[in-house]
Amino acid sequence: MIFVGVIVTGVALAATLAFIAIGENMLYFFSPTQVKNGEAPRERTLRVGGLVVPGSVAREQGSLTVQFDLSDNRESLTVKYTGILPDLFREGQGIVATGALEPGGTFVAEEVLAKHDEKYMPPEVAEALELAEQGGRMSNPQE
Amino acid sequence: MIPELGHFALILALLTAATQSLIPLFGGLKRTANVSAAAVPAARAQFVFCLLAFACLTAAFVLQDFSVTYVATNSNSALPLHYRVSAVWGAHEGSLLLWALILSGWTVAVTFFSRNLPDVFRVRVIAVMGAISVGFYLFMLLTSNPFSRLLPSAVEGNDLNPLLQDFGLILHPPMLYMGYVGLVVPFSFAVAALIGGRLDPAWTRWTRPWTVVAWVFLTLGITLGSWWAYYELGWGGWWFWDPVENASFMPWLMATALIHSLAVSEQRGAFKAWTVLLAIFAFSLSLLGTFLVRSGVLVSVHAFATDPARGLFILMFLALVVGSALVLFALRAQAVSGGGRFDLFSRETLLLINNVLLVVAAASVLLGTLYPLILDAMGLGKISVGPPYFNSVFVPLVLVLLAVLGIGPLTRWKKDRSRRLATLLRWPLIASIVAGVVLTVASDAEGLAAVLAGLVFAAWVAATTALALVERVKLRTSPLAGLLRLPRGFTGMTVAHLGAAVMVVGITLTTALSTEKDLRLSPGDTYAIAGYEFRFSGVRQSPGPNYRAQRGHIEVTRSGKTIAQLFPEKRLYLNSSSPMTEAAIDPGFTRDLYAALGDELGDGAWAVRIYHKPFVRWIWLGGLLMALGGILAVTDRRYRIMVRNERGRSDRALASGAFAEG
Amino acid sequence: MPRFTVPLGIFLLLVVLLGVGLTLNPRLVPSPLVDKPLPAFELPTVLDPEQRLSHDELRGRVSLLNVWATWCVPCREEHPVLVGIARRGEAIIYGLNYKDDREEAVNWLETLGDPYVKSGFDPTGRAGIDLGVYGVPETFIIDANGTIVYKHIGPFDDKIWRETLLPLVKKAQENSS
Repeated sequence: MIFVGVIVTGVALAATLAFIAIGENMLYFFSPTQVKNGEAPRERTLRVGGLVVPGSVAREQGSLTVQFDLSDNRESLTVKYTGILPDLFREGQGIVATGALEPGGTFVAEEVLAKHDEKYMPPEVAEALELAEQGGRMSNPQE
Repeated sequence: MIPELGHFALILALLTAATQSLIPLFGGLKRTANVSAAAVPAARAQFVFCLLAFACLTAAFVLQDFSVTYVATNSNSALPLHYRVSAVWGAHEGSLLLWALILSGWTVAVTFFSRNLPDVFRVRVIAVMGAISVGFYLFMLLTSNPFSRLLPSAVEGNDLNPLLQDFGLILHPPMLYMGYVGLVVPFSFAVAALIGGRLDPAWTRWTRPWTVVAWVFLTLGITLGSWWAYYELGWGGWWFWDPVENASFMPWLMATALIHSLAVSEQRGAFKAWTVLLAIFAFSLSLLGTFLVRSGVLVSVHAFATDPARGLFILMFLALVVGSALVLFALRAQAVSGGGRFDLFSRETLLLINNVLLVVAAASVLLGTLYPLILDAMGLGKISVGPPYFNSVFVPLVLVLLAVLGIGPLTRWKKDRSRRLATLLRWPLIASIVAGVVLTVASDAEGLAAVLAGLVFAAWVAATTALALVERVKLRTSPLAGLLRLPRGFTGMTVAHLGAAVMVVGITLTTALSTEKDLRLSPGDTYAIAGYEFRFSGVRQSPGPNYRAQRGHIEVTRSGKTIAQLFPEKRLYLNSSSPMTEAAIDPGFTRDLYAALGDELGDGAWAVRIYHKPFVRWIWLGGLLMALGGILAVTDRRYRIMVRNERGRSDRALASGAFAEG
Repeated sequence: MPRFTVPLGIFLLLVVLLGVGLTLNPRLVPSPLVDKPLPAFELPTVLDPEQRLSHDELRGRVSLLNVWATWCVPCREEHPVLVGIARRGEAIIYGLNYKDDREEAVNWLETLGDPYVKSGFDPTGRAGIDLGVYGVPETFIIDANGTIVYKHIGPFDDKIWRETLLPLVKKAQENSS
């Protein structure tokens, strides 16, 4: 019986720990339309995705800061990132960025991901595009 | 012609696998040993057919048969020969074929090394493995045929994903699959034992070496994968908590638990039902992992929607295999449970804690991997669970695990006295705290608490492992004789535990002490990190076989002395026009220097990533030591004797053994 | 006995959850962009950079707009179907060559046959973005008013053509005449 006790306590403890941790570390995904509609929380880490608008990529002189627009064909969102962009980052390419919204509405990315395979879109982006086309909205936690 | 031959061979493999799994049923019903004995040749024939199918696919790649869809999608005429061969398992269909081949390989190995198992039991094991083979062949033939033709045929192939054009890919998947699939052996042994309703010490003695071999491959595969990600992805990270990595890590955690629980079952006859359950879980997680990775569910649940047949098949197969094993467990576990009694304060208890921790760790990885899928499926939003989750759950679990790891080998079976242990453990405790503090101060790191914890626990494992060795050697008259006479099983455990300590040191120091800089460098610019001066002298063109590269040159000096010349590359693969970053690394025992090229910023300036990563090699060194420990353990005298007896006795197989109802 | 059924119970729960996940997710979007006018675009053609293809040209009669690329393996499977449709004169087909290389695209049309009246050349994928293309191949049915009637994602074969797409094309032709 002692052993059952050991197991149960251990598992219960770990489960609590795991659920607290998962709650704190969940990253929600938002499309540019949702961000424009004010559905995304400010100053909290989240993920956004869309297509890099051709012609919108601008580098700051003498630094590694890049600015570009992300679009779901309906709305667009300005993203700022300092650092080295992934290999497959290109204009017209679907990407996902992790970061937070500044009070001004610019998205400051800590990480920019482009799929390993340039011919296909990240699925979240594909879905955001489909839904934006329809005028539908993505499911999100507030609903 | 060759692809059709391959397709045909695949069908024959399916039929022989079906025979291999069904024959024992008839044999069992009619109680005719002759009929059952057909399972063995069927298993061997299945291997031959599967090998033939694999050879056909390889031939299609080598001969550049772009009329095969799979070849056209994953190869190219400019692709060098060795990558054409490794491209066979570069994508979904081919890697399934490799999986099936390895599975049939393990089955054949079992047929050769199981001759002195009781016939009934042996045939059951082979039948269970056959049933799993059937599932894989059906999956391939119905939903993912690697031999399907492309009409009209392509003139040129699409090229292999450049990320996969690397030495690491040639070795990594086969290693990993050897491990994944190897866990089928303990699984089949467990199921066969449940069917028979008996489980005795001989069972554990048979299961243990197979499990360890699979675990060794899994360890090597994961270590290799981590190393590959480090130098190939261009980020300098060695573990990302990526779902694909998690898929291989979960079975590893389970297999590690299983090895330890088997130790208890073998030595003391306890934990039997638990051991059987772990054997089922370990293989279930391999299956789940393979499917999660290969079905594309992880990328999106919508992958199911794009190819519903695959998703459905996967779920049904998983439910059938794991479900029936668990039903059997529910019905029969009572019969196999029970065993040696033990005290609260004993090695058994510590190993139980070890098991609980490892299983909980695996469950938390599973939760983090599946949680986004479940939420998405229920329409509760798209989320991802990042590395912070895994780190915050994992680190405390591992620290407790390390603490227990230190005490376990010094504790006696059945019953021990806390006084004796306290006296024994006093010195390692003091030594590890002193060593941890001294090393932390010497390392001069930020994040002191984390470094301190990591180093103290690593030192604790090292010190207690050393003490266990000393205690063991002391039993002999002279230390040297004692050292030489040490059973391999014990040496293996010692080496593997030291490997864990080495890995913890590597992880702690790399995480705390690494310097990582993204810089804008013009030719002639220099930048210093951690006492190393990096001098960038520009980028020039350099052609490759199937890519064009821009090759940077960075000279690293320390106090005026040249340490290394780094040549990071930015490659453009011509056929797929995909760019790739090739990092340049100067490896060292205590530090790596790492450089990667980013984008060209105009005026000859480039974005350059420069890293100083202390002790990063220790992470993989630790993995290699663990694997070495496993290899030593399987070559232990008692297993060698078992194999020798096997050969001697092979002709007169035991009709009724200690095993089954017979 | 009951405690040995616990693992089975947990596992069944997991299977049910995954199963629910499967059924809850039919294709969310049957046909986006449908009933909306074709977005504006103007592109040079694949065979002749001097010539242009614009959205205006697709007005006035029912046509197909097929998004293709030489790097796309399913396009290769679909191509003979398109060639057959053009030869039988069942529909007028325009092409949109997506994120491709001109030389390879020309070579493709010369060796495999050219079912297209014209193919617009879109190496950056700009027009593709406006059309909401997110995988190749995709095929749009556009009526005489320049409105998108239907969008097919992925390759189609003769069966899908006869049973699904061709009736839609015919209906669109009837509506506009």
